[in-house]
Amino acid sequence: MTTALQILVDGFAISAIYALAAVGFTLMFGVSGVLNLSHGGIMVIAAIIGWWAAGQLGLGTYGGTIVGILAGLAAAYLTYFVVVRPIQASRKIPREETEIFLLTGTLLWGIMIQVGMAALFSDNPVTIRPLIDGVVNVFGVRTPKNEIMIAAVCWIVIGLLWLLINRTRVGKSMLAASINPRGLTLLGFELSRIYFLVWSIYGTLAGIAGVLLASFLGVSTANAGQLTASAFSIVVLGGLGSVSGSLLAAFVVGYLETITAYLINPTLRPVPALLLLVLVVYLRPQGLLGRR
Amino acid sequence: MNGSKQTPARLARWIVPRAVALAAALSLTSAAAVPAPEPIKIGVIGEASSVAGASITAAAQMAADDINAHGGVNGRQIEVIVYDDHSSAADAVRAFQRAATEDKVSAVIGSYISEVALAIEPWSGRLKVPFITPGAASTDISKHVHDDYAQYKYTFHGWLTSAFIAQSICDFDKDTIVKDFHAKTTVIMSEDAAWTTPLDARYEDCLPKAGLKVLDHIRFNPDTTDFTPIFNKIEGEHPDIITTGISHVGVQPTVQWHDQRVPIAMDGQSSQATTSSFWKDTNGDAEGVITATAAAPGVAVTPFTNPFTEAYTKKNGVSPSYCGYTSYDDVHIIADAIKRAGSTDPDKMVDALEKTHYVGTIGTVEFYGRDDLYTHALKYGPGLVTGSFIQWQNGKQVTIWPRAIANGKISFPAAIKTPHS
Repeated sequence: MTTALQILVDGFAISAIYALAAVGFTLMFGVSGVLNLSHGGIMVIAAIIGWWAAGQLGLGTYGGTIVGILAGLAAAYLTYFVVVRPIQASRKIPREETEIFLLTGTLLWGIMIQVGMAALFSDNPVTIRPLIDGVVNVFGVRTPKNEIMIAAVCWIVIGLLWLLINRTRVGKSMLAASINPRGLTLLGFELSRIYFLVWSIYGTLAGIAGVLLASFLGVSTANAGQLTASAFSIVVLGGLGSVSGSLLAAFVVGYLETITAYLINPTLRPVPALLLLVLVVYLRPQGLLGRR
Repeated sequence: MNGSKQTPARLARWIVPRAVALAAALSLTSAAAVPAPEPIKIGVIGEASSVAGASITAAAQMAADDINAHGGVNGRQIEVIVYDDHSSAADAVRAFQRAATEDKVSAVIGSYISEVALAIEPWSGRLKVPFITPGAASTDISKHVHDDYAQYKYTFHGWLTSAFIAQSICDFDKDTIVKDFHAKTTVIMSEDAAWTTPLDARYEDCLPKAGLKVLDHIRFNPDTTDFTPIFNKIEGEHPDIITTGISHVGVQPTVQWHDQRVPIAMDGQSSQATTSSFWKDTNGDAEGVITATAAAPGVAVTPFTNPFTEAYTKKNGVSPSYCGYTSYDDVHIIADAIKRAGSTDPDKMVDALEKTHYVGTIGTVEFYGRDDLYTHALKYGPGLVTGSFIQWQNGKQVTIWPRAIANGKISFPAAIKTPHS
């Protein structure tokens, strides 16, 4: 019984971070058709710059958190203007090959970020001090208060995102862009402004996820690839471009990993989720909640 | 020049004195440049972006500078050539091949990762270049030398093998954790890697003999980032202490151990905790963590320890990790062997290395011989190398064992429960 409760509590926080990290990733694909394989690198930048600002610059935990999120946003803009925009705008790249160029471009960019950050800050994992210190009993499970706060922050941010998309004009134009971009341009909307907005939202979400991850588990430059892969698996599992699918998939993956670590063996932690991914690709290629 | 004509005679008058002067100058400079002999090259393969690995190259360069400041080896300077293997066995092998065939080094010091050292080992045999690993601990490395001496004899261990690391931890536990804190049970928590297989085997054998019953043995993937399930499982088993075997991970389990207020002390081998940057990386959550290491700031294992620690810290801003100490010693050991061999011939160097008796920063270094089980491993024992144990206390590494060199006592944070408390 205790184990079941522990799984329930521990799985929740990690799933919430997975969800937050994957939502921006899937939103970007849904709206602008870009699968950003430098995703993990952007989270790593937010985490490490946040740690650096909090400790080395002496800004403290809250200051570091804000600087970290801004760094994530800046990294997303840099990715957009240096890598993605030039590829999208290039006339030399055939239109049908743009996506593969974007995949390759962002993949290489992610590797550059990883190697560059390792050279600047070493590949040692860094951690940001918990925003709230101490532990509290949840159903008899000793849980760090920080873990509860992280889960709460993730859900609040996801809730705000939902409001933004469904209840505001810009949100609706983003939704429209994901359904019929050409129709939207015919109505006089500037697609590039919508893309810029999506990248802003994406950068903020990735920044928050990176900083929270650093304060929860710790982040190393060596995690960049793994973070991209986990966001990618969650998004494929949930259905490419489907935000609610990604949320569901994040919890499926988070809990599968936690259950495996508790009941089978911590070494096998990522295996069942990957097996499930393979099964989904075979049996339901559009993902759990995919449209197609 | 205007209108004047260059006759051959005038040309000769212009050229001859200058040519003579030039020739004289040339002969003078070449006379001055003659006796500089070729430097002795040592290749150093490290992991530049990892904390432990960065110590390897920085310390080796300092050793070379020291030796050169004292006149070099047999009149020749030591030149260190640095390679970064990015913690990859494939990159390390390429670096080793390049060092041997293109840069023509006389010996290589490389890596603290057993998987990487195991990949280099056969190449040191094939290319006949003596190779010392300052940190890789897998007993397989020395077992290969024992089993196929002719092929593998060029490889040496600059630090204790896993079996001896485990033995030193058992010796430490018996004398302190069991004796002073009345601990009776433990859970082994180690990462799944080449170096921990022999470590865990020896733990299973020597911890019970030291008085600690092993309740469980948890091996986890070195890619693990969430240690919550592991700590919860361990806590459910109520051991008196957690015995660690971690090197690839360190910061994350330590921070999570602290944030979750796991009430059980951790001791054993936690390699990342051996350098001073660990405190900063964990935001001080390292308080109370105990690890085996080579040496620590402020404690003189030998008269050479403190001067090196201080010089290194001054130059690099952090204290050396355990393989910083060994890498510094290894350059001296290679230089010493070349001096005694009177040559950089690899076979003569191996003969000389086998006869090493060198007092370095980590103790007195000798290597096990051809007939010993762990050929070319570092000899473990009192009067040789025993390693030392540090505990993080208020941002400082306090040496707590062996008692003869300790500069402090074991003290756990309030959240930690021991049978004694």
